[in-house]
Amino acid sequence: MTMAPKREAYDVVVIGAGPAGLAAAATSAEAGLSTLLLDENIGPGGQVFRAISSTPVTERNQLGADYWAGAELVQALRASSAEVIHRATVWSLDRNLDIAVSIGGASAFVKAKRVILATGALERPFPIPGWTLPGVMTAGAAQTMLKSSALVPDGRTVIAGQGPLLWLLAAQILRLGGRIDRILDTTERGNYFAALPHAFAFLTSPYFAKGLAMMREVKTKVQVVSGVTDLSASGDGQLASVSYVAGGKRETIPADLLLLHQGVVPNVNLAMAADVEHRWDDLQLCWSPVLDASGNSTVPGIAIAGDGAGIGGATAAVVRGRIAARAAVEALAPATAAKLAPMATLRSDLAKAERGRVFLDTLFRPAPQFRIPSGDTIVCRCEEVTAKDVLDSVAIGATGPNQLKAYRRTGMGPCQGRLCGLTVTELMAQARGKTPQEIGYYRLRAPVKPITLAELAAVPKTEADVKAVVRG
Amino acid sequence: MTKNVDAIVVGGGIHGCSTALHLCLAGLKPVLIEKDYAGRHASGVNAGGVRQLARHIPEIPLSIRSMGIWEKISDLLDDDCSFESYGQVLVAENDEELAVCRARVAELNALGFTHEELIDAAELRRLVPAVAESCPGGVVSRRDGAANPAQTTTAFRRKAGQLGAIVREGVAATNIRHSDGLWHIDVGTETFAAPVLVNAAGAWAGKIAAALGEPVPVETVAPMLMITSRVPHFIDPVVILRGRKLSFKQFSNGTVLIGGGHLATPYQDRNETVLDWKSLATSACTVFELFPVMRSATIVRAWAGIEAKMKDDIPVFGPSSRHKGLYHQFGFSLHGFQLGPGAGAVMAELIVNGGTQTRIGDLGIDRFHPTTL
Repeated sequence: MTMAPKREAYDVVVIGAGPAGLAAAATSAEAGLSTLLLDENIGPGGQVFRAISSTPVTERNQLGADYWAGAELVQALRASSAEVIHRATVWSLDRNLDIAVSIGGASAFVKAKRVILATGALERPFPIPGWTLPGVMTAGAAQTMLKSSALVPDGRTVIAGQGPLLWLLAAQILRLGGRIDRILDTTERGNYFAALPHAFAFLTSPYFAKGLAMMREVKTKVQVVSGVTDLSASGDGQLASVSYVAGGKRETIPADLLLLHQGVVPNVNLAMAADVEHRWDDLQLCWSPVLDASGNSTVPGIAIAGDGAGIGGATAAVVRGRIAARAAVEALAPATAAKLAPMATLRSDLAKAERGRVFLDTLFRPAPQFRIPSGDTIVCRCEEVTAKDVLDSVAIGATGPNQLKAYRRTGMGPCQGRLCGLTVTELMAQARGKTPQEIGYYRLRAPVKPITLAELAAVPKTEADVKAVVRG
Repeated sequence: MTKNVDAIVVGGGIHGCSTALHLCLAGLKPVLIEKDYAGRHASGVNAGGVRQLARHIPEIPLSIRSMGIWEKISDLLDDDCSFESYGQVLVAENDEELAVCRARVAELNALGFTHEELIDAAELRRLVPAVAESCPGGVVSRRDGAANPAQTTTAFRRKAGQLGAIVREGVAATNIRHSDGLWHIDVGTETFAAPVLVNAAGAWAGKIAAALGEPVPVETVAPMLMITSRVPHFIDPVVILRGRKLSFKQFSNGTVLIGGGHLATPYQDRNETVLDWKSLATSACTVFELFPVMRSATIVRAWAGIEAKMKDDIPVFGPSSRHKGLYHQFGFSLHGFQLGPGAGAVMAELIVNGGTQTRIGDLGIDRFHPTTL
């Protein structure tokens, strides 16, 4: 049975059931606001707690204690009065807080007084030569299969890149008996020095001990090559080998699977399509929404929590979700806000959760050669546009990502720039000697995820239609 | 310091860019001023229809003039603009609509225009095999077609720049004033002066005209479009409907553009539009009924461009009725893209020669303000 929203209007609609969304929806409902949580996945958890209610991986240490923390959030949500709909893809949100959502092949429209976007993060594009070959995938995709189906690689597997998720995935694969032949660490050597001034905060953060233990666990089982400065995948229609340079020496190894990862960036598509202002974050090298201390965006009524507000990790996401929900309660039902944790407490929780983040961001800042490709390396997968194509267009007058569309159709395919947007901005910024902020980003439009023409055609068009549907 | 030029063109849509280019071709040095970037609004994001079909009679001569330029667009711009000419077909969905088509074609023929041709069900099916069986015929304009609007507007801007036009993008034209026989205008820290000012500012042109004492009945609108994922090739011409709001075009890459004039809400001051999905659903419904092959296609993006629509749906084109040296070129009312190349050429003739062979008399601003010149 398809579960359409029960009402046409809600006090609060939360989009995304990861850590931030779970916490926000539970908080808002606890204060008595009519709350709808819309989530694209089959169950709660988002990426970090993916399949938290359904994973076949039951031995707790295999996914780690941090993963199972998600179960408490889910319990709190289920104990609340929030209406929760999964497999619900929000494909439009605008500044009037009108939301279009696809559920089971049918679209519905709901209106909100406040919207909390908790759409999380995406993996940063990793545009190296050969990254579009079958057999090359993102670490995140591999982790999705691992969590939801307990699938781990058994062929010759290479993991390349950097960042906390890379080590976590490696540990999880190994614990589940999967195979990893080599890890190619692309962290720039200079980053260790750059990160040093921030090390003290990190040492006292919860990440430190856990992260170190995990890296040690992985390093005892897998050959780790550090200081990788060049990386490419090759094969004839299918990945056959991975080639890399470390310490000035090139090596090529046979591989069936290459997992790439160089960190995550905010998933901005829905927020940008709603005309929320974003700015370039020079440290995290991505677009982040302009928000006040409660997560409110530049569009009245739309707040953003979790990694979509700027990468902060799962613990910070939970607190940000509570802060955004509390702000919504303060705005809509100030009398009931007293039931909730005070804002000052939440803000201090957030500061604690964000401790060590600057260290991680600095240490795992991806190197330019892995963000800004050259030559025949594909930039836009949907339209098969190479780095050289982009530079050629710049040479004849393309000034930014939107202008580039007129030359190359970049970002106009079904992914709406998710896989090329950051690359295009940085590539054009470098070519034109401008900052990414000056160069800008694609103007994004709904549907943020494609819907079929048949589904759109079936949408009730007029008040009379709506009534007919309700009566029928 | 004031820079003297031969003409100031305000607005970097296809019209402003085309006029700037044609002024260069006539040996003048214009400055082209665009507050965002060329093609940012309607000119860059419209359906790209290159259409003489179903036009208001007063603008047909300009449309025909333009068509001649479109057919040699590569020679003019060193860019093919992705122009292709598979005709445009207006589909009658029933006999009453076909009767209206018949009368229209007869009216045009009596006026000496032959570009529209009545077709029966068999010819309609030959041109558009995928159309629903129930349609009894329609009208075709065989030289019509489509182009990529952003590519085209960009190409006009680029060529104008190459031929000597000063192009200022990203800065608004402000403080328009007339003194000592010259128009003066501020662009950021710069000031330009010229004997000629062309108001081609699209949705922003009505304000300029009003500020110069020539208010006209114009509103800002934002027609919506949506595009599908790639589907197997099934149609060549652009299709429009007689009765319902729909235009329909498949590109060579397989994507299908669906438009027809349903409107979004424009927020002109913020350069934003808010889409009306219930109206877009109406378009989707029409396509669903007419082209069964499209039912499983996915909609990947929808958008709207901000533009000016006149109350009488006819552009304001030609010299001012109040001020010497002022020319208007706006209010193209959802059908200005095809006219761009020709309008630029004619505007340059008006400015340089003081007149043109192309019949544009019914488009002047003097239909609202009797001339005082």
